[in-house]
Amino acid sequence: MTRVNAVVVGAGAGGGVVAKELAEAGLSVVLLERGKWYTAFDCRKDDLRNQRTSALGNAFGPDDERNPRVAVDSAGRARVVRASGPGYHNNAACVGSGTLSYGAMAWRYMERDFRMRSTYGQVAGSTLEDWPISYADLEPYYERAEWEIGVSGDDAGNPFRGPRRKALPMPPLPPNREFEILEPAARRLGLHPFHIPMLRNSVPYNGRGACMRCRWCVGFACEVDAKCGTQNTVIPKALATGNCMLRTDCMARQILTDERGRVTGIEYFDAHDRLQRQDADLVVVSCAAIESARLLLNSRSRLFPNGLGNRYDRVGRNLQGHTYSGALGLMPSEAYDDLGPGASIAICDYNHGNAGLAGGAMLANEFIRLPIQFVGMLPPDVPKWGQAHKDFMRAAYRRTVAVQGPTQEMPVFESRVEVDPTVRDFWGIPVARLSGDKHPHTVEIARFMAGKAEEWLREAGAERTWKKLPGSGLSAGQHQAGTCRMGDDPKTSVVNRYCQVHEIDNLFVIDGSVHVTNGGFNPVLTIMANAYRASDHLVRGWKGTHYR
Amino acid sequence: MERRKFIAAGLAGTSIACSRGARSAWRFFTVAEGRAIEAACGHIIPVDRDPGAVEAGAAVFIDRQLTGHYKEYQTVYRNCIAALDRQSVAVFGRAFADAPPEVQLEVLKRIEQNPRTKPFFELLVAHTMQGFYGSPRHGGNRGRASWKMLGVAGPPVRGRA
Repeated sequence: MTRVNAVVVGAGAGGGVVAKELAEAGLSVVLLERGKWYTAFDCRKDDLRNQRTSALGNAFGPDDERNPRVAVDSAGRARVVRASGPGYHNNAACVGSGTLSYGAMAWRYMERDFRMRSTYGQVAGSTLEDWPISYADLEPYYERAEWEIGVSGDDAGNPFRGPRRKALPMPPLPPNREFEILEPAARRLGLHPFHIPMLRNSVPYNGRGACMRCRWCVGFACEVDAKCGTQNTVIPKALATGNCMLRTDCMARQILTDERGRVTGIEYFDAHDRLQRQDADLVVVSCAAIESARLLLNSRSRLFPNGLGNRYDRVGRNLQGHTYSGALGLMPSEAYDDLGPGASIAICDYNHGNAGLAGGAMLANEFIRLPIQFVGMLPPDVPKWGQAHKDFMRAAYRRTVAVQGPTQEMPVFESRVEVDPTVRDFWGIPVARLSGDKHPHTVEIARFMAGKAEEWLREAGAERTWKKLPGSGLSAGQHQAGTCRMGDDPKTSVVNRYCQVHEIDNLFVIDGSVHVTNGGFNPVLTIMANAYRASDHLVRGWKGTHYR
Repeated sequence: MERRKFIAAGLAGTSIACSRGARSAWRFFTVAEGRAIEAACGHIIPVDRDPGAVEAGAAVFIDRQLTGHYKEYQTVYRNCIAALDRQSVAVFGRAFADAPPEVQLEVLKRIEQNPRTKPFFELLVAHTMQGFYGSPRHGGNRGRASWKMLGVAGPPVRGRA
């Protein structure tokens, strides 16, 4: 195939932005995506087959048949897991990846989230570290992500946020009933509630309409295309330049290198499962933390016997996600108003500064709980079946409010992605093997956060409350991060501050893998912002025919 | 309309092809197995002033999935329905579906408490919940029965649900 300037592997939050930035700068780009390109017409409001509840499979990939993984439990037992099952830690495989079907919270991390080690010191058993960049380095790019991809909300009432030069481009959606219940309660507690920033059109923006507020939001493609993902913003822009070719249903096998240790291109299986080779001046890996690590580890050669970027056994380490915890409260009257997306109000009072704890989480009311999801959220003393279960469902469904938050995790060196020595996928490529646990302090923080959620709900008038507490198993999931850590020291990190693999000038990793720590927030806006920042640097170093 | 007729015809064909012995309306279950599962579903989500799992077609949902996404559970279901019947015969002398409700409930509680059969029971509860509270498109939640019970509307835009 014709040689191109850049191959970007993975058309998700990171890869979509990179493809657009490089194509607009004049580089020829091939954007490879292992999934398909779905549109608003592929929206199916199926409560059992979506990216949130995948009892009957993943709506937007990967499919169960071709993409196994191996999960190792705390006792060291390995088992093969399927893509829609527990233990897989799935992220959607499609153009846009998670941004097609996400809940779309658009958080900027806080200043201290980039300086966790400096703020809290060493935490025993954790590889907690500072980012090599600061909030200020990322701020202009947060702004670009917010304006180019589109964010609604209003965080003016959040005194804990980092400084911003420009307000969000769209106002928040009008408050739902949960917002109205929780807002005064938070004020009475001396907290600082505000409207959650969301990658969702609250008014017409970027040529697409506003949210129609249905309840099938998180986990679903938006029927009216009001959610802003890379599939309906930057990727179409990349294609419009004429410089970018998107190839879907293409599964990367390995990155190719020459005898000098430079990347020369990539081998992948195309939509007809034929092995193809695409030569390129540079390769950007944007497959999300698990698959990016897998691709690097599977790219072995004489010069790189342990995979690319892995001279010091760092690729795949520090796998993390978010430890969600919170509480539910039964209100004296109806709290349900069927107005999607549901999540509307948040506080950042407990992200930092909690006595004896190395961090915390943002707390927000939860997205609308579909009936089948609510089944799994009942208080522990309610029977799991029978008349009492049905009675509680009927009485409580419209009266329940949930508050929860993503605890920032203490990275663990032994929580990791490897490639499995025996299990292979449909194409014969060794699959990802996931192992490790949460750091005990992460669980401790999450338990504290659940208590705070409960306090908020009680103040809001809940007659009874019950906590949602985390287990101790590995977390990664859709917020997966950390496996190709960004850092200045090649011995303890995989990429430098510009997301360039330390030992290979023309290989980049640009996605959540590079996050040193993952904030107490949904990570997508940070992935996008960092993609803008890394692309900016890459384009500046581009010499017309080669990189630097 | 044409498409619907076509699909209906296809489904009818499938159910005949898959039945064993007596002509069964089920895709996977035998007539006897179907009765047993329906009886169990009726205890997991009983009918009261609102429809229960039986009325909402939860067993139909389970049956359909057992020839689709839940193929891997076919053996589990077959073995455990047999276990339900064995228990019921031991307690009452008749198959589970023919036992009086209080015996059925007793048998289900035993199945739930026995560590060997507990995983199956939990699976059955999870699948029944899916068949009752999930999307009507998979054979359960007939007439949006559970959504009506909870007071939530169906999809707001027609033609895409």
